Amino acid sequence: MDAPVTGRDATEDIEIQLLLEAVYRRYHYDFRHYARASVKRRLLQARQQLGFASISGMQESILHDPAMLPRLLNYLTVQVSEMFRDPSYFRALREQVLPHLRTYPSLKVWVAGCSNGEELYSLAILFREEGLDQRTIFYATDINPEALKVAQAGVYPLDQVRNFTQNHQKSGARSSLSDYYRADYGRAAFDAGLRERVVFSDHSLVTDAVFAEMHLISCRNVLIYFDRDLQDRAIGLFRESLARKGFLGLGSKESLRFSRHADAFTDFIREEKIYRRNET
Amino acid sequence: MREEPSAVAIGASAGAVEALLQILPALPAGYRLPVLVVVHVPRDRGNSLVSLFQTRCRLRVKEAEDKEETCPGTIYFAPSDYHLLVEADGSLSLSSDEPVHHSRPAIDVLFESAADAFGTGLVGIVLTGANQDGASGLKAVVEAGGMGIVQDPATALVPTMPRAALAACPAARQADLDGIISLLLELTAT
Repeated sequence: MDAPVTGRDATEDIEIQLLLEAVYRRYHYDFRHYARASVKRRLLQARQQLGFASISGMQESILHDPAMLPRLLNYLTVQVSEMFRDPSYFRALREQVLPHLRTYPSLKVWVAGCSNGEELYSLAILFREEGLDQRTIFYATDINPEALKVAQAGVYPLDQVRNFTQNHQKSGARSSLSDYYRADYGRAAFDAGLRERVVFSDHSLVTDAVFAEMHLISCRNVLIYFDRDLQDRAIGLFRESLARKGFLGLGSKESLRFSRHADAFTDFIREEKIYRRNET
Repeated sequence: MREEPSAVAIGASAGAVEALLQILPALPAGYRLPVLVVVHVPRDRGNSLVSLFQTRCRLRVKEAEDKEETCPGTIYFAPSDYHLLVEADGSLSLSSDEPVHHSRPAIDVLFESAADAFGTGLVGIVLTGANQDGASGLKAVVEAGGMGIVQDPATALVPTMPRAALAACPAARQADLDGIISLLLELTAT
């Protein structure tokens, strides 16, 4: 289509561009190729809630005050998730992917962009229920150190756990979610045993490289925040990280269809966005 | 005389299906604008809207996909459990950011990003609904120079949302569903 007719506030767009450039050059966090509409929305929210008159004001602060970085990261990264989100995805992993993984003596699973860890614990519980946990190493990575701390602690508000429990049951659970946490003071603390074989690590899909050969990568609702080029970079990273015949799970509205790496994968369960790395 | 707009964005909540069943099938084949629609639906209802409207509309009806270019004469529904946004180049993107007004998708998120992308070329329409979503979005549409249209609350199945939109955005035009259809047709008449 034609370039849209705009009455947009060009100044604000310039400020956002400069802020992202400042964050990149000062701290090496690269949000320059994140889908801009959503970044803008969250930066405007940050500006308002942190009490700045303008985005440029935030830029000055972030350049001179490193304490601003974690605060800003909490806006720029998304921490909204839930355990066993989209239960049919976990059911598909349980019933159709794990039987293949079972044939390997040892397994590596990467939760890329793990945020507060809900997806990681979901997979750890799934693997335990299916008797694969003891042969598996999980890698849980994110760019936000605060989120990684939350993931490492594995403590979630109890009022969310009801939803987690329903999701878990719909995933074909072989146990009760309550077997895995202790409830106390309105919080649910998940069993430390679940993270015994988890490596939590700072890793960026934007700027970092392959670090191990994986049998399963789960990266859901992360790529939608990237522009096309960055999506392709991340998918290329998954392609290089996966063992032959390894599996890749994406979010329900993400796909490899438009990626230049699409040829390296085969649809394994189309409706759940589970792909399999080809032999070659 | 105003220029021909670039896109239409519609937000609706309680009573949405009945209202949209009047408006969307009335758009003729060859309608030149992309139509972006956010309806609040429970997340487990999935994308039943697309199949419901596909058989009744003369335009192409589909669920909006991430990083998709918008095409003229196509109706895009926001998928359930995702926000729908418009990027500066007019393409679409999805997000799973926190719900706004307890809703994901939220009308405000679509309208604010679309106002940014299309500016004076956007027509924003708030229909029936039982909450406040769409009010600040419509304000953004009008502030960016676009046209705001609100379903006349007296004719809405649930008037709360149109009332809130009018309160936030008194400059918006009010019309019943037939009036809205006429406006949509006039906008692209040559």
